[in-house]
Amino acid sequence: MSAMRADHILAAEGVNKTFDGFKAISDLNFYMDEGELRTVIGPNGAGKTTFLDLITGRTKPDTGTIRFGAEGLDVTRKNEYEIYRLGIGRKFQTPTVYTDHTVFENLLLSLEGSRGVFATLFSRVTPAQRDRIREILQIIGLSAKEDVKAGSLAHGQKQWLEIGMLLAQNARLLLVDEPAAGMTDEETAKTGELLLSLAGQHSIIVIEHDMVFVRQIATKVTVLHQGHVLCEGTVDQVQSDERVIEVYLGRSKKH
Amino acid sequence: MQKTISKRDAIAIFIIAVLAIVVVPCLNAYVPESSAFHISNFSINLWGRYFCYAVVAISVDLLWGYTGLLSLGQCLYFSLGGYMMGMYLMRMIGSLGQYHMPIPDFLVFLGWTRLPVFWKPFSSFPFALMMAVLLPGVLAFVFGFLAFRSRIRGVYFSILTQALTYAATLLFFRNNILMGGNNGFTDFKYMLGYDTRLPSTQRGLYVISGIFLVVVYLGCKWLTTTKLGKVQRAIRDSENRVLFSGYAAANFKLFIFVLASVIAGLAGVLYVPQVGIINPGEMSTQNSLEAIVWVAVGGRGTLVGPIVGAIFVNAFKSWATEAYPDYWPILLGGMFLLVVLFLPRGLVGLTEHCVALVKRARRKTAAPIEAGTKDTPPTAANQIAIK
Repeated sequence: MSAMRADHILAAEGVNKTFDGFKAISDLNFYMDEGELRTVIGPNGAGKTTFLDLITGRTKPDTGTIRFGAEGLDVTRKNEYEIYRLGIGRKFQTPTVYTDHTVFENLLLSLEGSRGVFATLFSRVTPAQRDRIREILQIIGLSAKEDVKAGSLAHGQKQWLEIGMLLAQNARLLLVDEPAAGMTDEETAKTGELLLSLAGQHSIIVIEHDMVFVRQIATKVTVLHQGHVLCEGTVDQVQSDERVIEVYLGRSKKH
Repeated sequence: MQKTISKRDAIAIFIIAVLAIVVVPCLNAYVPESSAFHISNFSINLWGRYFCYAVVAISVDLLWGYTGLLSLGQCLYFSLGGYMMGMYLMRMIGSLGQYHMPIPDFLVFLGWTRLPVFWKPFSSFPFALMMAVLLPGVLAFVFGFLAFRSRIRGVYFSILTQALTYAATLLFFRNNILMGGNNGFTDFKYMLGYDTRLPSTQRGLYVISGIFLVVVYLGCKWLTTTKLGKVQRAIRDSENRVLFSGYAAANFKLFIFVLASVIAGLAGVLYVPQVGIINPGEMSTQNSLEAIVWVAVGGRGTLVGPIVGAIFVNAFKSWATEAYPDYWPILLGGMFLLVVLFLPRGLVGLTEHCVALVKRARRKTAAPIEAGTKDTPPTAANQIAIK
């Protein structure tokens, strides 16, 4: 296990989290480089979403640290919006957008800028912000939907909008929970391209079940099992790993 | 950024405001009673109160319709504002009370000969007005701070607001807090030198209530178009997303909660001299629930809705409590059920729905003519021509 280096964007060390006696995360160590696109896979209940909850401050770990960025700030001591302000953005498993707002407004609310109560009372949309929103709309392919209420978008479009919202915030680390869930094959492929194009400028953690999709985007895969890292490597390495086959297919060496 | 108000709406608001605030009082003051156009003192007084209810309804909707916070205690803040005004009005009675003492009658009755210290500054109107803003505001701030920081949401929040209101009602029923007990304050005589029993004073209060309603309406209209207003609705639709978008949702909720409470408190200030009484009954949870019904009936999530709802339900109440006094609670409950089941967007939604239906019907009557030319089945002559 390598210790945290300066070029790590995220380093989780010795993280444990128990819910009512169920060990959701168990002695987890996870390191990720700046600009990396990392895919996290694992069977149901492996602790994938809990891991994201811990990074984004939704739940606090029982023990362990999660350090972010070169400064090595421990995010486990901060709450959701403070962590967001550090530059960590999250896309939820089910698309979570503001259904009653237009696509434009959704991005506007996510854009870097005023966050305080009184600051938002008097803030106006600047031309620079407008340009940035248009730019993001192009990236996520929703330019034509600018003034449409987000609630009336198709499922896949909502997913893209939410990714767009992370872009608007200019997050250094994007946490993307099952972006391809419920998408058509074509939409899935487009989502993969989108994520690939973002890697490098942003560091991205993707949680995914769809192995075709994982193969499309993955450079490095981390397999979680029972709350800790089972193995890491390329898609091929991981898929041929004995332990991975075992946890996925339920084979046991003892037999 | 979108415009606060469209030109058409602005004209409509202006016309209604002029009618209500200028024309109606003139019809009351200058048109002789024998004329068909005369508006009675009773009606002026009634509508002045409706305006206060409408302001409360807007404050409820600001919380419920726009932020997703169902407060079942909005009448608490309304009554607190009213009580502060009531204290001033009690001081203005001077020695004209039943006991001809320089302190309010109920204090004499309780055996007091001197004015309690905390009553003293209330002989100043600016002080009373300041307290009418501060007391609801500070209470809302403290309660909201604790509730939102502990992330109390949904039904738990609603229950807590109701519990607080109930506790406050019980407190105000007590004689030993020297706030008039269950009789509250009444028999008001003067306000800023004007006799509150005169029709001219009531007319003035009506006009001020009308202006206040317009100001609150326009202010909230503006608020909802700001980025803060967008965050507010975002909290209603997806609070988690708001948190994970870097907004301290609790601070936004607190701001709106305090603002709504202050607005309700000021409505109470205008209400008390118009009804001439304030007692703990005004605070009861039942009143707060009625305010919820006004908003639901009018159409929540709009600003016109609460105004329409408050006036409609209260006008209905005025009629029903006279015609069928025993059935009013059933009628109120029935109305609420009807709205919840069949009119989720209230009267405003119903109107919009009807307008849309008419438009569609018009399009349909226009459409067959075009369709007819396109889809005419090939006639024998045509077929022959084709051949």
